[in-house]
Amino acid sequence: MANVNSEAARGAGASRGGRAGMKSAMRPAAGDRAFQAFVRAYLAAAMLIVLYPLVYVVSSSLSSSYAVISGRVALWPVDFSLDGYNAVFKHSLLMSGFWNAVFYAVFGTLVNLAMTIAAGFVLSRRELAGRGLLTFLFTFTMLFSGGMIPMYLTVRGAGLYNTRLAMMLPNAIGVWYLIICRTYFQNSIPRELAEAAELDGCSDISFFTRVALPLSAPIIAVLALFYAVGHWNAYFDALMYLKSQSLWPLQIILRNILIQSEISAEMLTDVRLMERSQGMKDLIKFSVIVVSSAPMLAIYPFVQKYFIRGIMVGALKG
Amino acid sequence: MATMATTTLGPAGAVGPAGQPSPASPSGPAGLAGPARRNGLASHASPALLDGRLRRRGPARRGGLARRIARHWQWYALIAAPLLWLAVFRYIPMAGVQLAFRDYMGGSIFSGKFVGLYHFRNFFRSPQALPLILNTLGISAYNLAAGFPLPIVLALFLNVCTSNRLKKSVQMITYAPYFISTVVMVGILNQLVHPQFGLINKAISLAGFEPQNIMGIPDLFKSVYVWSGIWQYTGYNSIMYIAVLSGVDPSLHEAAVMDGASAFKRMLHIDIPAIIPTATIMLILNAGNIMNVGFEKVYLMQNSLNMATSDVIATHVYRRGLESAQFSYATAVGLFNSFVNMLLLIIVNQVARRGENSLW
Repeated sequence: MANVNSEAARGAGASRGGRAGMKSAMRPAAGDRAFQAFVRAYLAAAMLIVLYPLVYVVSSSLSSSYAVISGRVALWPVDFSLDGYNAVFKHSLLMSGFWNAVFYAVFGTLVNLAMTIAAGFVLSRRELAGRGLLTFLFTFTMLFSGGMIPMYLTVRGAGLYNTRLAMMLPNAIGVWYLIICRTYFQNSIPRELAEAAELDGCSDISFFTRVALPLSAPIIAVLALFYAVGHWNAYFDALMYLKSQSLWPLQIILRNILIQSEISAEMLTDVRLMERSQGMKDLIKFSVIVVSSAPMLAIYPFVQKYFIRGIMVGALKG
Repeated sequence: MATMATTTLGPAGAVGPAGQPSPASPSGPAGLAGPARRNGLASHASPALLDGRLRRRGPARRGGLARRIARHWQWYALIAAPLLWLAVFRYIPMAGVQLAFRDYMGGSIFSGKFVGLYHFRNFFRSPQALPLILNTLGISAYNLAAGFPLPIVLALFLNVCTSNRLKKSVQMITYAPYFISTVVMVGILNQLVHPQFGLINKAISLAGFEPQNIMGIPDLFKSVYVWSGIWQYTGYNSIMYIAVLSGVDPSLHEAAVMDGASAFKRMLHIDIPAIIPTATIMLILNAGNIMNVGFEKVYLMQNSLNMATSDVIATHVYRRGLESAQFSYATAVGLFNSFVNMLLLIIVNQVARRGENSLW
């Protein structure tokens, strides 16, 4: 394992290039060609299986409600219309949910980052007295937890029930991210650097803010990405801790629309004919799916490299 | 795999099995990776440890604990808030499990009359206990069996594929569903299996059968749950294996080519052995988390028709605890679940220790 790890850490790029070069130099045997054809067919099939439902959802959201419920949408939009989107943007609860989700994602992630990075940095210091014990206290919580009910009662007892803080404090640190972060600091900041800084009279805190933080941009990006996606997509904490509609994040409102089919009258104002309203409900569901996933899927191509790097940091950095 | 469960930002138990690391359970993603990293650490750590031991005998250490703490008090200032958080939001709830042995009537979580194992007996004597446990284990085991090999196959094939364009597009598209939230995922699922116009039902009627209300058929619940998870997370779960494969020494392949090995043989004898350690760790993590079903998704997929197969321990805890306010009973059931889970993780790890790839 250790061998594999260090090999891998040495950089994917170089070895991959090397291998591809080697391959092109060889004349492939018939068996290899058949295998390659099979591999490509498999990959293409996997890609289409993932892609098709996504295309179908987007196409449905752009069709007319009648085309949707009569099942005429198969690949491309049928009777192109934006009725679904018009209805979605009239839904005031959806809009407030959207802004609440932005709030929780931005401030929640800031809390996550501050706590995780500070703790990760301190736990990475080898001279820290009690380091083993502190690390154990954090990691033990991954093995055993109080469970849902004691957690709920604690949050309520702390006076956080039905407040915005309930969405940001209870899970302020993801222990796995803390460990990744600690490992990163351990590997990326040479001990000599800390010693030199100390000799120059740099305090521990200014070493953290002026040396360690500027060196940790990659890990901060990775953590921010995972934490932000987590906040954006979380619904269960809101279900447990938030009672007021005005505090609900997007996912709770989505749940009411998508799973419980609660579609408010204001979204259906345009529908003059009652019989159209069932079709309209289903059309609205497709539009809601697209609108709510669009922000994450839109930034995904730009953050893809961080996303992958994050997993590799965890997997490979020994 | 995907048995992963848990709520949000990485609470315990969320040592993320591959299948459905809910984004919400960060431990999920990272969890996958964790063990490999830890192993690496262990082997590199020894010189540092030795070093530390030597130092301790040196003069710097003679100052004693108080002086060592005083000298680096700023570190403790930095970690004070995280430690406070740890105490309040992890260890107080952990101490809260004693509610399982009391009759909690509101107020402080350390109050209530002591009733011993009353709530546990209550649970095990109820007719729901066995189905709940079996549903929980059944969904997880199915998920593990079906979901574990596919990311490995995807990674192996991506590694072998010689077309960079195909490789890039496949990666781009198969990772994308990771970003879809659980709520939206279940929403998409509901639309796809819609009795009236859902794609799946259209396929069924094209094949000449009657359209079905798929979400309402108890026998299909597990399959719908597991295969939708595979659709969503196979790409994401393959990333770690791809990382390991990209680190395989190319000279191994060069030598094998010289010896006349076919591409398939090289995959079999070079690539697969290279990922076995990582795969083993993943298997341990997933097997150890078999009592943790992806609760958030199960809860969203439940309805009165499929309850016979869709009710799992975690959803039972939620309904009895938070919806009917039977806090002590629900804590007891939850404690049973966490305890079994911890035992499983320890046992599986012990078994794996006989090999070389244990977690600790």
